[in-house]
Amino acid sequence: MNVQFRPESSTSASIKTAIADGDIHPARATNAELYPFMAKRWHGHLETYGKQAYHGMMEGPPYPKAQPNASRRDAWPPEGGPQGSSLSFMQKQLLDPYNVALGVLNPLNSGQGLRNQDLAGAICSAINDWQIEKWTSKDSRLKASIVVPTEDGVAAAAEIRKRAGDKNFVQVLLLSRNVEPLGQRRYWPIYEAAAEIGLPVGIHAFGFGGNPLTPSGWPSFYIEEMVGHAQCQQTVLASVVLEGVFERYPKLKMVMIEAGFGWAPSLAWRLDKTFERLHSEVPHLKRKPSEYIRDHIWWTTQPMEDPERREHLFQVIEWIGWDRLLFATDYPHWDFDEPSRVLPAGVSDANREAFYLGNAKKLYGIS
Amino acid sequence: MTSPIAGGVDCDLHPAVPHLTSLLPYMNDYWRDQVTTRGMTDLVSQSYPTNSPISSRPDWRPGQGKPGAVLADMQRQALDRFQVSYGICNPLYGVQMVFSEDMQDAFCRALNDWLVKEWLDKDERLRGSIVIPTQSVEKSVAEIERCATDKRFVQVLMLVMGDMPLGKRAYWPIYAAAERLGLPIGIHAGSAYHNPPTSIGWGSYHIEDYVAQATAFQNQLTSLIVEGVFARHPALKMVMLESGFTWLPAYLWRLHKFWRGVRMETPWVDRAPAEIVRSNIRFSLQPVDAPPDPATLNRLFDHMQSDELLLFSTDYPHWHFDGDEVLPPGLSADLVRKIMIDNPLATYGRLTKVKETTP
Repeated sequence: MNVQFRPESSTSASIKTAIADGDIHPARATNAELYPFMAKRWHGHLETYGKQAYHGMMEGPPYPKAQPNASRRDAWPPEGGPQGSSLSFMQKQLLDPYNVALGVLNPLNSGQGLRNQDLAGAICSAINDWQIEKWTSKDSRLKASIVVPTEDGVAAAAEIRKRAGDKNFVQVLLLSRNVEPLGQRRYWPIYEAAAEIGLPVGIHAFGFGGNPLTPSGWPSFYIEEMVGHAQCQQTVLASVVLEGVFERYPKLKMVMIEAGFGWAPSLAWRLDKTFERLHSEVPHLKRKPSEYIRDHIWWTTQPMEDPERREHLFQVIEWIGWDRLLFATDYPHWDFDEPSRVLPAGVSDANREAFYLGNAKKLYGIS
Repeated sequence: MTSPIAGGVDCDLHPAVPHLTSLLPYMNDYWRDQVTTRGMTDLVSQSYPTNSPISSRPDWRPGQGKPGAVLADMQRQALDRFQVSYGICNPLYGVQMVFSEDMQDAFCRALNDWLVKEWLDKDERLRGSIVIPTQSVEKSVAEIERCATDKRFVQVLMLVMGDMPLGKRAYWPIYAAAERLGLPIGIHAGSAYHNPPTSIGWGSYHIEDYVAQATAFQNQLTSLIVEGVFARHPALKMVMLESGFTWLPAYLWRLHKFWRGVRMETPWVDRAPAEIVRSNIRFSLQPVDAPPDPATLNRLFDHMQSDELLLFSTDYPHWHFDGDEVLPPGLSADLVRKIMIDNPLATYGRLTKVKETTP
């Protein structure tokens, strides 16, 4: 996981079969890279007032990362700029050596999680244009995610519909931590639009929505924030299921990105057991929670849970379903999962192919 | 089903306070007057609405009043029924919701005294947990010391959702007192509702709050481990009550991975998280969040890599099982004995103290 645990020659450990990478983070070399895609009014606004997220920092994250930009120390592009900001270096370090046939871009640090919704909308729309201009139009292996001003469901839906039919985009991207749990109705226009244009909604760990990171308030450490993404993601999934989002939008598919997956069986069992008792509170649910999860949810793999005995993890995958996992590296971040070392021998060829490539191609409609 | 054996320890019983006015005899004049002249209402928490199906098994629900409010019912339905030698009372009366440390202190003292008089004095199998006014660490420590002179108090009780993550250093004097007095810290499901009840805000439903309890336990375990509570207090035991436990293996796999990756941030964490859990953390049995199929359960027990983690509980009168199916199917006789007798006795050092010292 950490760079110090990876062999020094990791990039030479290329694997021959093609893979999909469900979580790549493209970065901007400078903020001004976005300006051509934004009305002039916003350039001055950003320089004067900044982004004003739902946390206090004008710049950078409230929990300092373990290393700069939470990125691999070897991921600085030779031509300068932050990690993940150079297409040619991404090709050299990730896409070519690992034979990535499909790479899904998930831009973080976008307009999501901002308090000013007009600014949020302007940045998100610019990021979407920028993904085409800088990435997907230059390398056909890369596909983009539509980022939206999440807290303004109507504007978000309009941004999604604007991209309908554009083959550069393969999903709508939300972050897990928002002003309210993602099952709440203010977000339903997003789901309606995504279902309408036939794209899955990816929910990536991270973001700040103004709520303390635990139900007991703010923790002290970065590791608590990182480990805590699994708890936030479980709560997101519970909210979406219990609010009846999948009853309302039966064609909607969701991807849980970068929050682990080992928690899924236990959460589904707990939901089912509690639902058995409390069904009368949520009569809008027509099926057991686990059934919605089985039909509507996919998971990206990174960061893979790390048991003492690896067969335990594969028993958990059996409970989830080999058809539901999408391999991801999280490039260029420090907790990169090395594709050639994720699955041990003994996994069947069919499951291996589904895990590395087939599930993603099917979900994202790539032939 | 797996049959329970006689002589076990029920580690999670909930005697109900009938009403705030039931505590008046245990308050001083000032607080009695406050409660009555201000027209204070009963402190029932949203975590357990009285009539919610999870708050009581249907056949344990009394004709009137709150489930768990009558000793004779608890004796017949739980203590006698499962032939336990000890039952630990964890009152879930909503005193944690109070914001004033003075009021909370008065209510906690009344609650603890009420437990002694109305329950512990009336059935010698019963033991108690000390409910503390966490709005003041100083008052919490004083209440622990006051109650601990009665050996029938075997634990300190806190809620899993409070004001701050439980590992925070501000709470450590509580842990020091508990360790010194041989009292485990019991952390029970439930919220003070001083923060939104989930890590992503307020949901819409009771079921959402209840499902989220398990994730709140996960957050608290992380906090307790990475803040270094067990490096400072290696003899301190903590018991997760009504937490569920099937989430534990995958949770630890994730925590372990990140601990290895960023341990430079918390260098005082001197052992692997799973090792800390095995030595210092225990879990009550109910609810068992897993399908009732022995193969799945045994696989989960295998993932837990220890047979010392679980402590028998009915969670009376909460509704997690029907009939006598308090133990999940497929447990070996050896594991049943561990869960029902050996593990609780090893965890609660004060359980047997009264018998030893009473002539």
